[in-house]
Amino acid sequence: MDLPLIFMVLMGVSVLAYVVLDGYDLGVGMLMPAASEPEQSVMVSSIGPFWDANETWLVLGVGILLVAFPLAHGVVLGALYLPVVAMLVGLMFRGVAFELRMKAQGWHRELWNWLFWAGSFLASFSQGFMLGRYITGFEPGFGYLAFAAVVGASVCGGYVLLGATWLVLKTEGELQGKALAWSRWGLLWVALGVGLVSLATPMVSETVRAKWFDFPRTLALMALPAACLWAGSIVWRSTGSIARGGGARDWQPFAGAVAIFAIAFLGLAYSLYPFVVIDRLTIWEAAAHPSSLKVVLAGALVVLPFIVAYTAISYRVFRGKAKAGLYD
Amino acid sequence: MDPATAHAVLLARIQFAANMSFHILFPAITIALAWVLFWFRLRATATGQPQYLDAYRLWVTVFALTFAVGVVSGVTMSFQFGTNWPGFMNRVGAIAGPLLGYEVLTAFFLEATFLGVMLFGMNRVPALIHTIATFLVAFGTTTSAFWILALNSWMQTPAGHVLDGHQWIAGDWLAVIFNPSFPYRFTHMMIASGLTAAFVVAGLSAWRLLRAPADALARRTLRVGVLVAAVLAPVQAVVGDFHGLNTLEHQPAKIAAVEAIWHTGKGVPLVLFAIPNATTRSNDYAIEIPYGASLILRHDANAQLTGLDAFGKDHPPVAPVFFAFRIMVGIGVAMIAVSWFSAWATRRGAPAPRWLLWTLAGFTFSGWAATLAGWIVTEIGRQPWLVQGVLRTAEAVGEISGAELGASLTGYALTYATLFVAYMVVLTHMAGAGAEAAAAKPLPGASPAGAAVH
Ligand code: HDD
Ligand code: HEM
Ligand code: HEM
Repeated sequence: MDLPLIFMVLMGVSVLAYVVLDGYDLGVGMLMPAASEPEQSVMVSSIGPFWDANETWLVLGVGILLVAFPLAHGVVLGALYLPVVAMLVGLMFRGVAFELRMKAQGWHRELWNWLFWAGSFLASFSQGFMLGRYITGFEPGFGYLAFAAVVGASVCGGYVLLGATWLVLKTEGELQGKALAWSRWGLLWVALGVGLVSLATPMVSETVRAKWFDFPRTLALMALPAACLWAGSIVWRSTGSIARGGGARDWQPFAGAVAIFAIAFLGLAYSLYPFVVIDRLTIWEAAAHPSSLKVVLAGALVVLPFIVAYTAISYRVFRGKAKAGLYD
Repeated sequence: MDPATAHAVLLARIQFAANMSFHILFPAITIALAWVLFWFRLRATATGQPQYLDAYRLWVTVFALTFAVGVVSGVTMSFQFGTNWPGFMNRVGAIAGPLLGYEVLTAFFLEATFLGVMLFGMNRVPALIHTIATFLVAFGTTTSAFWILALNSWMQTPAGHVLDGHQWIAGDWLAVIFNPSFPYRFTHMMIASGLTAAFVVAGLSAWRLLRAPADALARRTLRVGVLVAAVLAPVQAVVGDFHGLNTLEHQPAKIAAVEAIWHTGKGVPLVLFAIPNATTRSNDYAIEIPYGASLILRHDANAQLTGLDAFGKDHPPVAPVFFAFRIMVGIGVAMIAVSWFSAWATRRGAPAPRWLLWTLAGFTFSGWAATLAGWIVTEIGRQPWLVQGVLRTAEAVGEISGAELGASLTGYALTYATLFVAYMVVLTHMAGAGAEAAAAKPLPGASPAGAAVH
């Protein structure tokens, strides 16, 4: 049994779960200033019951990195030390703002509303920035930092897309109308970001270039960008159709956005495999002692189905359109 | 150690300790408060009396806020293990990793998922399901404490580990988890949480009664807090005593520091107060009870006790451990006095006199002080070891530069200060506004919003 590979897959799954799930929370947070005050209450209600569990996937992801690839954990989080701190500070303000913005009054309330937005933004941008640093192997230099900043901005766009399509699913009336427009803006932003990053990554990384520009494999690989385009077109067409009162369902834009993320994630996984730290550490070199991997795997196999089951229960309990007042 | 490394070690320690100390404040309340809420919920279903639902509704708001701060500071903790202490994971990761992993898998997802149902589901799901959700959150917080305390206790009194190359791995997981100090530490911490929550409940209720003496709900919750404290406080002293005796067996240097015993000898006095002097290796201004320490620790006035001199340089700094222990025990004794007197003064529905309300309000956060003091005894008392006898703290520190550590420390400190102030402001405000404000608002789920879907 190839334990390190299994854990790489597990870690990938939890990171993807985190990005999609907390991505829509953070996206909703970033969209707050664009909405009126009553609409903001609805928006927060739509994510209130879920955000904590969503964030737990991050804890699981970093936990697996720590448990399964301790060497890489030290290298990666050491190199990303300051952006990690920025992300955590952002997540802290975002997380407590759920409670505090409802309980505070007057200008305090305004302040927490603002911190909710700022925290969401800081966390999203830092995550993208870290991704940019990570794929370029933490190379120093202005160009690499600028590249990371572009990835940071693209991830913000991606989360805005997820958040907006989530709102299409969870709201109705005027707010849903706004969310449809936001989704389209988000989609354009993502298209630009994904385009730039896909062009730039092979340029900044030799390893990535070699993997993608290797005919005839390149032709087969073109399935990925094609699928991404197709997912993007679903978002575009379904938002248009809902806005016109056409036949598209409210969940379709969100599903399309999730598909974009999943496909981009696959592409990234292909670029990096078999490295945990690009060009430096493969998953086998970084793997922990097999004895600890076995114990954790056994536990994960037993517990993960339960986690999936009760997550489903929670989404079922809070299905349907969100309304203001969940927190009042 | 060269000065730069020593500097980085110091910053890494300060940062970790600051994060940990901030984090523990919130679990200390939520672990026990979750069970109190579960009890309110059960009584509400069983008796059908609305007062229990009122109490639930009021205190669930305090719980939600405390839980949120606990979660966000906990997420921060989980990033710091590897960054601040990479040597820790390299050497004992095969033991620490799975324990942390099981905590995430079995506890964090459970509590985080059902928290949503608990907070917002009251009128969306049947009462039974809501009660179960409340139970699962309480169960999750306790499970989380179980795993993290198993790890922490293993660091204090390691057992069940074997060496494989340069790494320590688990030879026997049951021995690792149920290591010699675990039963004591887990019990002591659970009761500490019970006391912390009980005094928070009693103290905030007292605060409310000072403003609105007629508030019947506040009177009832005050009584609940006081009674829970009156039962737990003496039990805590007994458990603490056993905990100390167990530590004497496994970490004698720690107890020597707690009691400020510099020299091995027979018939050792109990130092009530002193200023331990690390230069002269003796106590200044000591007030002592002759033979006291031998009597307490060995139950024999002439018994021999090992002093710090027996450990060469390998013993913890004495003063912080010595003082922190006295603060914890002092608060523990004061808790017994206050809770017993209050229980007696409020018997059969009697209103508490104002001065007692002021006292209880003053004791609101006494549990925090004792809990922090207790952790200082435990953690500093283990130095210079990170894992007693297995791994030194200085061997585990990372390569993060002093500048980065300094910058992040500032960032965290500002964040924590803001969160702390906001938390306190909101808490005192909610306590002042009391149950009417909570009751005046429609129930979360009862608003047209919640019920509309079905
Ligand atoms: C005795 C109890 C105790 C102790 C010593 C710790 N924790 Fe904790 N932790 C809890 C008890 C707890 C808790 C009761 O389960 C939480 C849930 C909400 C809260 O307020 O505390 C919590 C939350 C919590 C979370 C958020 C979980 C979620 O999303 O629901 C994380 C990631 C951590 N903790 C991590 C840590 C780490 C890395 C620690 C040690 C270095 C640690 N905790 C010490
Ligand atoms: C239960 C899980 C815990 C683990 C795994 C843990 C682990 C550690 C580690 C690795 C250190 C570094 C050693 C050092 O700085 O000297 C440390 C120090 C410290 N910890 Fe803990 N700890 C835990 C719980 C706590 C809690 C709940 C507190 C609460 C206040 C706490 C307070 C401290 C303090 C004050 C230090 C600094 C000691 C010093 O610098 O000498 N710890 N702990
Ligand atoms: C009243 C008498 C008490 C005694 C005799 C006592 C005894 C002890 C001892 C000996 C330790 C250190 C164990 C070790 O590190 O090996 C300890 C730790 C601790 N104490 Fe106490 N304690 C008392 C009261 C309290 C109270 C009232 C609280 C909080 C409300 C509290 C909270 C803690 C905590 C959180 C720790 C650190 C975790 C642990 O090691 O268990 N203690 N106590």
